[in-house]
Amino acid sequence: MTPLASRETPQGPLRILRDDDQAPEVPIEPGELARMYRTMLLARNLDDRLIRLQRQGRISFHIGSLGEEAAIVGSAAAMLPADWIWPCYREFAAALYRGMPLEAYLDNMFGNADDPSRGRQMPDHWTGRAWNVGSVSSPVGTQIAQAPGMAWAAKRRGDDVAVLVYFGEGATSEGDFHVGLNFAGVFKAPCIFFCRNNGWAISVPASRQTASKSIAVKATAYGVAGVQVDGNDVLAVHRAVREARERCRRGEGATLIEALTYRLGPHSTSDDPRGYRKEEEVEPWRAADPLPRFRRYLEQRGLWSDADEERVTAEIESEIRAAIEVAERKGPPPLESLFDDVYARRPWHLEEQYREALRLREEG
Amino acid sequence: MAVMNIIQAVNDALRLEMRRDPSVLVMGEDVGKFGGVFRATVGLYDEFGPDRSIDTPLSEGGIIGTAIGMATYGLRPVAEIQFADYIFPAFDQIVNELAKLRYRSGGQYTAPMVIRAPCGGGIRGGHYHSQSPEAYFIHTAGLKVVMPSSPADAKGLLISSIRDPDPVVFFEPKRVYRGRPVEGRITPWDQDVPEGEHTVPLGEAALLREGRHVTLATYGAMVHESVEAARLVAKEGLEVEVIDLRTLWPVDVEALVGSVKKTGRFVVVHEAPRTCGFAAELVTLVSEKAFLHLEAPPARVTGWDTPFPCTLENDYMPMTPRIVDALRRTARF
Amino acid sequence: MGSSDSDDLFEVIGPDGSADPALDPGLPQGTLLAMLRAMRRIRAIDARMMMLQRQGRVSFYGECRGQEATPVAFAFATELTDWIFPALREGAIMLVRGFGLDSYLAQVYGNDLDELRGRQMPSHYASRSVAQVSWSSCIGTQVPHAVGAAWAAKLRGDRTVTVGFMGDGATSEADFHVAMNFAAVYRAPCVLCCQNNHWSISVPSDRQTASSTFAKKAVAYGMPGIRVNGNDVLALFRVASEAVERARSGGGPTFIEAFTYRMGAHSSSDDPSRYRDQRDVDEWARRDPVAVFERYLTAKGLWDAERGAALGAELDAEVLEAVRRVESHGPPAVLTMFDDVYAERPWHLEEQRQQIQNEDQRGEDG
Ligand SMILES: Cc1ncc(C[n+]2csc(CCOP(=O)(O)OP(=O)(O)O)c2C)c(N)n1
Ligand SMILES: Cc1ncc(C[n+]2csc(CCOP(=O)(O)OP(=O)(O)O)c2C)c(N)n1
Repeated sequence: MTPLASRETPQGPLRILRDDDQAPEVPIEPGELARMYRTMLLARNLDDRLIRLQRQGRISFHIGSLGEEAAIVGSAAAMLPADWIWPCYREFAAALYRGMPLEAYLDNMFGNADDPSRGRQMPDHWTGRAWNVGSVSSPVGTQIAQAPGMAWAAKRRGDDVAVLVYFGEGATSEGDFHVGLNFAGVFKAPCIFFCRNNGWAISVPASRQTASKSIAVKATAYGVAGVQVDGNDVLAVHRAVREARERCRRGEGATLIEALTYRLGPHSTSDDPRGYRKEEEVEPWRAADPLPRFRRYLEQRGLWSDADEERVTAEIESEIRAAIEVAERKGPPPLESLFDDVYARRPWHLEEQYREALRLREEG
Repeated sequence: MAVMNIIQAVNDALRLEMRRDPSVLVMGEDVGKFGGVFRATVGLYDEFGPDRSIDTPLSEGGIIGTAIGMATYGLRPVAEIQFADYIFPAFDQIVNELAKLRYRSGGQYTAPMVIRAPCGGGIRGGHYHSQSPEAYFIHTAGLKVVMPSSPADAKGLLISSIRDPDPVVFFEPKRVYRGRPVEGRITPWDQDVPEGEHTVPLGEAALLREGRHVTLATYGAMVHESVEAARLVAKEGLEVEVIDLRTLWPVDVEALVGSVKKTGRFVVVHEAPRTCGFAAELVTLVSEKAFLHLEAPPARVTGWDTPFPCTLENDYMPMTPRIVDALRRTARF
Repeated sequence: MGSSDSDDLFEVIGPDGSADPALDPGLPQGTLLAMLRAMRRIRAIDARMMMLQRQGRVSFYGECRGQEATPVAFAFATELTDWIFPALREGAIMLVRGFGLDSYLAQVYGNDLDELRGRQMPSHYASRSVAQVSWSSCIGTQVPHAVGAAWAAKLRGDRTVTVGFMGDGATSEADFHVAMNFAAVYRAPCVLCCQNNHWSISVPSDRQTASSTFAKKAVAYGMPGIRVNGNDVLALFRVASEAVERARSGGGPTFIEAFTYRMGAHSSSDDPSRYRDQRDVDEWARRDPVAVFERYLTAKGLWDAERGAALGAELDAEVLEAVRRVESHGPPAVLTMFDDVYAERPWHLEEQRQQIQNEDQRGEDG
């Protein structure tokens, strides 16, 4: 008897950008295409800058998106302003695309007084309620169980709102992936599950995460739509997410999207991938870098030029420099912020503990 | 006023809150059409429909995870965990997510919700239908933990919990769901419960019996064993002050410390195992805040440090004789 | 055999009791009759225990009426060295594997004859002697255990296979997911069997998942998924034997959905009339696995009403006598409560044990 999975006829991932850098017409305004590219460039530059800051000891940690910019920006761009995004931890570019200012992101990187989470979370654990962006949490996969709840709540209220939730392929092994998709299937929640299959969960290759043919095929187990897309093709990602968004609007429920991409950098600044993967494996993916690929397409259409690249890069660099300067100068959050937001109001024991901490600080 | 048991009081509270606030909903395993295995949600499906009385798939992690998402969006879920013993598949969502959401997002996001879970022994439920896991949750910053002992408090505390801006884990002592022990037998409740609006503020303990000699703090089903023990020793002239904590965290520290300053003696009773149980925290609090008033070592009367057994459950739980013994020893010290 | 399309249902015995010779496993007469006896014996025990529960002599009971074919088929399809991880409805496998009836019933009473020492509720049967592992009550937790044990057997080079059971509701738990995933990734020699009895207490199986079948969930893990008529003991036997064989020969895990129906209440604490239509139950009663198998045996000339009545009387008497013996036992000694928490009793349990002992003595004195 053949295992069922092997009878799958893989269609191959959805692609729009062809090898000759052309593409059929896409329903995205030229201005928006340029904005998408600019955000990808910004992310690329930020990653580079933040890794250096970490090496200099000016921030403690960074977890980047190198190589995954198309998956992140393409998906964010396909959502509507009233929609919600539940991040994993690599998607700061999605938040920036939705309007979160660079300063707000950097405030979290430095954990300063203006950090929305008031320096309570690690770097890259940002929050952006004002832009309908959730709050990053370290435990892998927890957001996958929460997003369908929010999506279902929106549906019950009669709002045309969909929720996009991000995660890596490693997270699909967690229980939260299973229960999140199962609930979304049963409740027909307007939820888009976006898996960045970047090949690695720290040192564990995707092939050791599951024996299934793909991540997308897992949708079958939950009665939801499943789509595999070339994650380095920003137009294909946009299309897949926009179609899933349409399904949400039509009341057809959730979609699981697997974006095939690659983590070109280390897992985070604490990781050294040379210990577990060979440069030869990375090379072809470097060649498939989503930025030059998108740029060539834009150039073909006359939407981008070397001069644009130069000008925008310079703009981005100075924006980043300026924002870092501001964020780094801000002081740490006040002591009392340590005891706030545990509950809506500080109960007696936290009041006591605050006074004790204050006394120690004053005496010490 | 009406005579209700705890189940009916919980049901009444849910119904009133669902009528008052359309964002309130109940969700969990078997809570919809069936009305819950303990019947706490009976009738809500008929009155409010399947979107507000939701039968979920069998997954506690899914129930709490999605409830967090709903609450973030502005709904007020009251999630039922069928037995407190089955809260652990949702432990990560409760401890790492629910409890920390407000803090980690700098107050931008909150997920006010109530998790109802029947707890405690006394129904021949063995290891997995008897546990009292409150200490795990009291230990977690960001959660409030409540356990009523009577129908009126169950109603008033549940309504307050639903309206509270913070997540509340609401444990219901199932042994006294339908009655309380009188001379060792569970006898139907005969207490009046206020009809309509009735709230009991979180964070306030109830003084059930005044006394000069020993302070006894307890909660949930053990309130009844403790009151009985206090009645018995009163015949020997030992006057015990019985405090029903009701809200376990944040606990009513003033009530506790004030009483111990008066009596100088302190006994805590709970069903959960002793080591690192809530009694350990209460004893420490009292030692820190009323040390010079203490005239005897504080005593803990608790479940043993074994898993909860089935056949021998009445030997496991701290029933009246064991409480009487502790009261006498503490008084005589 | 069967079909690898997980929406198909594999069956051997037709409605009239006939069997397609190409599919019939062709078991010897003795085995066939032993299977029937095992199914009828489980049913007789369940009936007696439910009656005793109503009389208040047993505290709780979870019967498996209508689902006897699965435990019996697996008991016959496995070897005694294979390990069984049951859920609520498969505890009787150990009875079929030779565990004594008195000791079995003692686990319902939780008395001093119970080798589990009265610590668990009724219907949580386990015994090391027959490699049946203790089920907790917590839905789904045993499934990863079954996978881990199988993986361990593989690492050790043993030919042991494990079988993990669950209900349809259990597939919603995270433990199902992680177990299926690990089983497939590590090609653990196990068989994971979901008895889709259409209900999880009051929740129908179509509210459990939006997937069209449970067998289909195997696709998500890259393992074969087979949907079999759970009221057809021969179909089950075939599917189970092949899955066990595949596991034993290094072919990895299999997921089986046994499509069946919970004829009784969820447990003695439940009243299904509140949430399900009696007509559905009546419909399924026509597919009763015992009746189906008896029709098959009758068609083969191996069975008739007279033999059926004789077997019924014999089994009832056996159970009744065993109950009489088991009920004569008292509860386990109080101090056993402090054993088996750890391999050895630490100081604090020694102290707590002492405290009970003192109380008991005082009680006797006073
Ligand atoms: C529950 C949990 N387990 C382990 C970790 C440690 N950890 C952080 S990231 C990571 C790998 C995640 O891989 P994947 O989901 O593929 O996402 P990626 O980092 O590749 O984007 C691990 C194991 C964690 N944060 N949370
Ligand atoms: C983790 C957990 N949650 C809830 C329960 C309460 N409970 C006991 S049996 C049951 C339904 C089980 O349904 P299913 O898995 O389909 O098995 P069946 O009883 O139908 O054989 C529930 C919800 C439990 N025992 N464990």
